[in-house]
Amino acid sequence: MAKAVTLKELSKKEVLLAPGHRLCAGCGAPIVVKMVLLASDYPVVASNSTGCLEVSSCISDYTAWKIPWIHNAFENAAATLSGVETMYRALKKQGKIDKEIKFIAFGGDGGTYDIGLQSLSGAMERGHNMLYICYDNGAYMNTGIQRSSATPFGADTTTRPAGSVVPGKTEQRKNLTKIMAAHNIPYAAQASPSHWADLVRKVKKALEIPGPKFMNILAPCNRGWRSRTDDAILLSRLAVETCYWPLYEIENGVTKITFKPKEKKPVTDFIKAQGRFKHLFKPENEGIIKIFQDEIDREWEKLKKEEACFAS
Amino acid sequence: MAKIVAITGNEAVANALRQVNPDVCAAYPITPQTDMMQRFSSFVSDGEVKTELILVESEHSSMSACVGASAAGGRVITATSSQGLALMFEILYIASGTRLPIVMPVVNRALSAPLNIHGDHSDSMGVRDAGWIQLWSENAQEAYDNTIQAFRIAEHMDIRLPIMINLDGFIISHSIERIEYLEDEEVESFVGEFRQLNPLLDIAHPVSYGPLILPDYYMEFRRAQAEVSTKVAQVVLDIAEEYEKISGRRYELFESYRLDDAEIALVILSSAAGTSKDVVDAFREKGIKAGLLKPRLYRPFPYTEIGEALKHLKAVCVLDRADAFGCSFGPVYLDIATSLYPYKEKPVLINKIYGLGGRDYLPEHAELVLNELVELAGSGKVKSYKEYIGVRE
Repeated sequence: MAKAVTLKELSKKEVLLAPGHRLCAGCGAPIVVKMVLLASDYPVVASNSTGCLEVSSCISDYTAWKIPWIHNAFENAAATLSGVETMYRALKKQGKIDKEIKFIAFGGDGGTYDIGLQSLSGAMERGHNMLYICYDNGAYMNTGIQRSSATPFGADTTTRPAGSVVPGKTEQRKNLTKIMAAHNIPYAAQASPSHWADLVRKVKKALEIPGPKFMNILAPCNRGWRSRTDDAILLSRLAVETCYWPLYEIENGVTKITFKPKEKKPVTDFIKAQGRFKHLFKPENEGIIKIFQDEIDREWEKLKKEEACFAS
Repeated sequence: MAKIVAITGNEAVANALRQVNPDVCAAYPITPQTDMMQRFSSFVSDGEVKTELILVESEHSSMSACVGASAAGGRVITATSSQGLALMFEILYIASGTRLPIVMPVVNRALSAPLNIHGDHSDSMGVRDAGWIQLWSENAQEAYDNTIQAFRIAEHMDIRLPIMINLDGFIISHSIERIEYLEDEEVESFVGEFRQLNPLLDIAHPVSYGPLILPDYYMEFRRAQAEVSTKVAQVVLDIAEEYEKISGRRYELFESYRLDDAEIALVILSSAAGTSKDVVDAFREKGIKAGLLKPRLYRPFPYTEIGEALKHLKAVCVLDRADAFGCSFGPVYLDIATSLYPYKEKPVLINKIYGLGGRDYLPEHAELVLNELVELAGSGKVKSYKEYIGVRE
């Protein structure tokens, strides 16, 4: 069990994503990356799928990454890192490298839930010693807020806009964390930047476990969510407190909820501050909010039951 | 000391890869390459190489993993065919744009649809402008020799570009031929130690691979890449010269067969060149001045050298084992036409498409074409610039 860290300890460490990157003001992604890299006590080599984080952090002659970093294409952050990690093992075996290095892949929800799913699944099945982190902002934000399979039910996106006939996204989200856990990898978890201690603890724990690990981390996007630029942490907290984004981990098949809200808030608390759900508050769309709420309730109950199965 | 064996092209290339002993190999099975990577995997299982295998879930991931492994800093190989090469398409550009010296034998095979697993050149021709060096082989011996030289070419400090070694599916990959192997130690000392360049795994000196480059800089970047490819031909010649010293076998950018005093000639790639050479000999015996040019370094294409070699001829036919479905000419024809364009006096040039999807290319086909060239050299009258041969009408 990784021990708890204090803010004081973290504040003494070097932030490995330099300021001056060109992500939007108030973006959740760099907050997530900084937290993840702060959590590591080892040198890290990262791969990054094409997306917001990648296009904004390494443009031309400039890079915000103070660690070795590679971007290949949109769908292959996991496959690329498979190659890097394998070369590391090859060179280590030959005695050409002696350092203990950890490998972390970063991908957005488009590059992870959708186009990159095969590459991710392959890397996990092959058992590469890597941590894959999906920073989930719930759409193809970089290309102009198109729906992805991570987009929440009812959300307004540019390819599924809320109109007079279609009330935004008509499908529920893909449950990627569970899909990854179904690969029987030793560790899969969900985290949120609002609960930094939980996030840091999970990353620390994941990095200590040999083999493939997956973490899904919520990363609010004020452009796509149509929210205020200073709301990233507030919204990620509300996502957790409404159980839209439950915090849990599945370690060797054992599910554990790592944060249970004292009082589960209604989903409206999470969505009312976001312009992408504005249309749901029209009287004719009440039913959609109910479907949204019912799905969250059902999933939350399922998760609690799963956890109870393993309770001693 | 050379060792003479009777083996298939796939086995010959797998053995060359064993002798080179790369650090990482990514592999995904596809006919007719499968047998090559199976053999290589056996070398891994039996501890005959130090290589770490990545048995990926697709060719897209195979090339992606090669990019990661190569950037990490070591010798990297994979192999593919047909649809597999097509699936890698996107990442091929990334490998060359990132200047990673990945070595990839391509066992040439037709592309779908209709599905066909047999030999033709559609696959590699489809990616001929992806920035990879392409070497083509006539037989198992050349495939073996090209594979060993490929590492030196790709890893040359003036170049650092990925390279494909092309060999015909089934005709070379699965037919048993007599070939000469070099000794393991000879190959080991010929390819030498891999020299890293800005490896990702150098934690003390972190580098960023794969940046976004905006319009202010993209063209300069591409032009630099184009300039690098102008250096390839000389490196290929220098390495061939060194290779001749250990093997006794001479390689150039292309093979000129009875071309110097020829009046008519065929231009043809890989295995079909062998068949054609026999027919050229038969025409010579009849007193007809026939010749043949077989490209070896196909990308970057040595336009000037090939133009010089062909310009004195009266009539030339380029035979392509791949067609262009935008109602254009075959790919090799277009390159040969380009190489001859600057000359005032140049041969009449025609194009024949042959052997698609493994259709046999027979001596009679070469004979038919050479007879047409004899007529063309006399009359100058072209009946058709582009035609299919060996096809049922």
